[in-house]
Amino acid sequence: MIPELGHFALVLALGVALIQVFVPAYGVWKRDPRALAVATSAAQTQALLVFFAFGCLTWSFVYSDFSVAYVAANSNLELPMVYRVTAVWGAHEGSLLLWVAILGGWTLAVSIFNRRLPADITATALAVLGTVSVGFLLFMLLTSNPFDRLFPVPLDGKDLNPLLQDPGMVIHPPMLYMGYVGFSVAFAFAIAALVSGRLDSAWARWTRPWTTTAWLFMTLGITLGSWWAYHVLGWGGWWFWDPVENASFMPWLVGTALIHSLAVTEKRGLLKSWTVLLAILAFGLSLLGTFLVRSGVIVSVHAFASDPARGVFILGFLTIILGASFLLYAWRAPKLASEGEMTLFSREGLLLINNVFLVVASASVLLGTLYPLLVDALALGKISVGPPYFNAVFLPLFAPLVLMVGVAATVPWKRAKLSEIVRHLRMPLIIAIAAAIVVPLYIHGHAPVAVIAGGFLGFWAIVTAAQEIWRRMRAKTTLSAGLLGVPRGVWGMSLAHFGLGVWALGVTFVSSYSVEKDVRLSPGQSIDLSGYEFRFDGVEPHVGPNYDSDYGTVTIEHHGEVVATVHPEKRLYRATQQMMTEAAVDHTPLRDIYVALGEPLSEDASHTGDWALRLYYKPMMRLVWLGGAFMVLGGLLAATDRRYRLTRAAEANFAKNSAVV
Amino acid sequence: MRTLFLLLALLPSIAGATMAADVAGMDTSQEARYRTLIHELRCLVCQNQNIADSDAPLANDLRHQVRRQILAGESNQEIMDYLTQRYGDFVLYNPPFKMITLLLWLGPAVLVLLALVMAYLFTRRTRKPSTATALDEEKLRKLLDENK
Amino acid sequence: MRYLIPVLILAGLVVLFAAGLKNDPREVPSPLIGKPAPAFNLKLLGEEGSYSNADLKGRPVLVNFFASWCEGCQVEHPVLLKLAKESNVEIIGMDYKDEPADATQWLARHGSPYRKVILDHEGTAGLDWGVYGVPETFVLNAEGVIVYKQIGPMTEAAWREKIAPLMAGAAK
Repeated sequence: MIPELGHFALVLALGVALIQVFVPAYGVWKRDPRALAVATSAAQTQALLVFFAFGCLTWSFVYSDFSVAYVAANSNLELPMVYRVTAVWGAHEGSLLLWVAILGGWTLAVSIFNRRLPADITATALAVLGTVSVGFLLFMLLTSNPFDRLFPVPLDGKDLNPLLQDPGMVIHPPMLYMGYVGFSVAFAFAIAALVSGRLDSAWARWTRPWTTTAWLFMTLGITLGSWWAYHVLGWGGWWFWDPVENASFMPWLVGTALIHSLAVTEKRGLLKSWTVLLAILAFGLSLLGTFLVRSGVIVSVHAFASDPARGVFILGFLTIILGASFLLYAWRAPKLASEGEMTLFSREGLLLINNVFLVVASASVLLGTLYPLLVDALALGKISVGPPYFNAVFLPLFAPLVLMVGVAATVPWKRAKLSEIVRHLRMPLIIAIAAAIVVPLYIHGHAPVAVIAGGFLGFWAIVTAAQEIWRRMRAKTTLSAGLLGVPRGVWGMSLAHFGLGVWALGVTFVSSYSVEKDVRLSPGQSIDLSGYEFRFDGVEPHVGPNYDSDYGTVTIEHHGEVVATVHPEKRLYRATQQMMTEAAVDHTPLRDIYVALGEPLSEDASHTGDWALRLYYKPMMRLVWLGGAFMVLGGLLAATDRRYRLTRAAEANFAKNSAVV
Repeated sequence: MRTLFLLLALLPSIAGATMAADVAGMDTSQEARYRTLIHELRCLVCQNQNIADSDAPLANDLRHQVRRQILAGESNQEIMDYLTQRYGDFVLYNPPFKMITLLLWLGPAVLVLLALVMAYLFTRRTRKPSTATALDEEKLRKLLDENK
Repeated sequence: MRYLIPVLILAGLVVLFAAGLKNDPREVPSPLIGKPAPAFNLKLLGEEGSYSNADLKGRPVLVNFFASWCEGCQVEHPVLLKLAKESNVEIIGMDYKDEPADATQWLARHGSPYRKVILDHEGTAGLDWGVYGVPETFVLNAEGVIVYKQIGPMTEAAWREKIAPLMAGAAK
């Protein structure tokens, strides 16, 4: 009964979403305020219906209703409760429902917080969001219904993919989807701007917090995904340039460009049509990512069970939505003339260069991801494009970006004086260079050129970000007045740039100083790695809730003292019969020690024999994710800046102006 | 049918890392080369994994092959040639620079240059009002000259 | 005009994706096509003596890599049996990384479509032939040159549409 209710709610939601699209569209066309007003109520009803459907699927998982095919395929009676709830988005159908539910959430938020905007803008934006909902609801109902029944009803489910039975998986997908789907709001506003022909500073001001919010969720999602891959896949890496990662990284890069170009559009009234294009692209790349991961055109570590019919549907939907948007853009954007002059050596000029590098970086990732497809389609053979390519291409595009991060904050709008900038940045430059040489030498005793270069970039971003805050605070007399006196927007920017620097440092140290060793150890035997003594204390059989494991114990000593006892595991999940390597990680802020258990090496495969182990020493590993955390925090502060909370007077003023236009 | 075959073939590769990678008998530089190579070679049966991270039997075989060839004193190029002769360029995560990968390798550089030029032209265009008037003045003067 | 660039790029991508949906990204074409079969000299299953690549010349043959542990091989097995019986195709079996006893038992149970079964116990021939997942079937012409490779289980459709015409051509 509950699954049928969920299914029915989805069908209803589709109907309401159609109303959400067509009635406001009619209202915009005929300038009918009653039709415009329908947008809000339709959007809210649609969102609640989707939430209800999501609740129904969750209920089916919690109560193990294996008559629902999706539940039977992704749950199990032994599956712990927390993973039963997260199994809702553990595979294709349910993750689509999560997607639609999150879209409902964003739609609801737009309908609530934008009540004070001009009615036609809100109505158009909600109609655009409704169009996206229609597409995904249709997709779900036609090709991937999560409520399909299964007969005969199995006694037990097949269980959730063991890779997903991890705390990282509990929050990673919802956060990432918040980001993917969140870009739909900027997209909807961009379309509204094109339709209405009104694009001014006010438009940029109300689009900014939405975009920043989507961006911060996406940053969080990607960071969590990286952390999850690091400790679940068991390969010691944190980024693999896999298509599924690229699919999230491309919209992130374009979204980052969008945040910066929105600043230019708001402050200087420039780059209007470019900003609109970026808003369309950021969401377009989110849709593209969905297509790549779910259609099976590309081989990925994390491919959903793919089905050509699904691929055809998303491709069709993507073509319609983006084709219409780009045509609208080609038609209306030429009219969005930017007034004002722009020089390259000014804040807006540097932000334009920043956009160049971010967008080209995104395009290069796209090129690398799709190139094998292109070569195959032209029947020129099969090639692979992997990490060596992406690293080689990405680094030279990335270095100038980090360099500019340090400069841009000190460069004023409109026109900058070189002598002034040099005076400002002399100190940070000296500090960054000194730190880049001294820190690696102090910690590791040797400093290759790559480390000094990467370290310089990291310290440069960190020091200049700190300087920016310091410069703002110095004007105030007391510390608290200083801290509070700095606008949140500036805090946000500086923290995000600081995070970028922290991340760059982490990447530099991890990629240069990591040590990896594959060893064969018998119980009681020890081995040294980078000054750490690893004693293998053996492996015991262990019974988990839905798996059996070989539970290893390794004691790690440093300078004769025990620093950690870790337990790498090899789990065999009973229902799926899948083997999982659970690496054990001991970490301090300055280093990670990572131990993964391999196979038993003795002939009889007994627990008392030799085992293969893979050991890693990874200095500064935490900085990679800490950098992401700083960026998220920065985004949070920037998105909640008081400036964005429009005062009533300002809105009334804007509404009046719009009415005149 | 195809799906069935693929799923069956893929199952082993879903599991975690293989540790048996044995570097015994290698000197430091050989071991470093071994690590780099196995990270840049693709496991053909897996879902986008290199042969270092995969514990599919094929990845295991390929690792052993790489190891044998390194110990036999062969160069990285010889080892990669050996593998591409059998499996094609698909095994190389670092695609070689040749005709069909021209666009792949040069694309980003071309894009950056193109975009920078466009950005520069854009900033020049924002100054158009003044240059346009200058041009018009010139035209005007020419016209006036002609009318003389 | 420059405002039309995005929509043009999109059109290009859509064409690419539409083409991509038809291809299987996992199928890796063999670089050995058009080249002579790689050299090997291995023992036979169930009989004395050995078999080498030279023995493959003189008539078109199918070389089928299989193993008793391979589940896709069971899927294709009836097709191979039918081919051997009805189309009178010479199929040489390559028992890939398998124990001879297991292979004998497996063939006794399912029937053997093979004229000869070669033991590739170490998988060395498999490596040289670029095998990456059994079953794989190579089509050789009378000169011992590889003209086609079927990746994954042999199907009747693949035989009818791709392989039979090649074999007919190769026999001439």
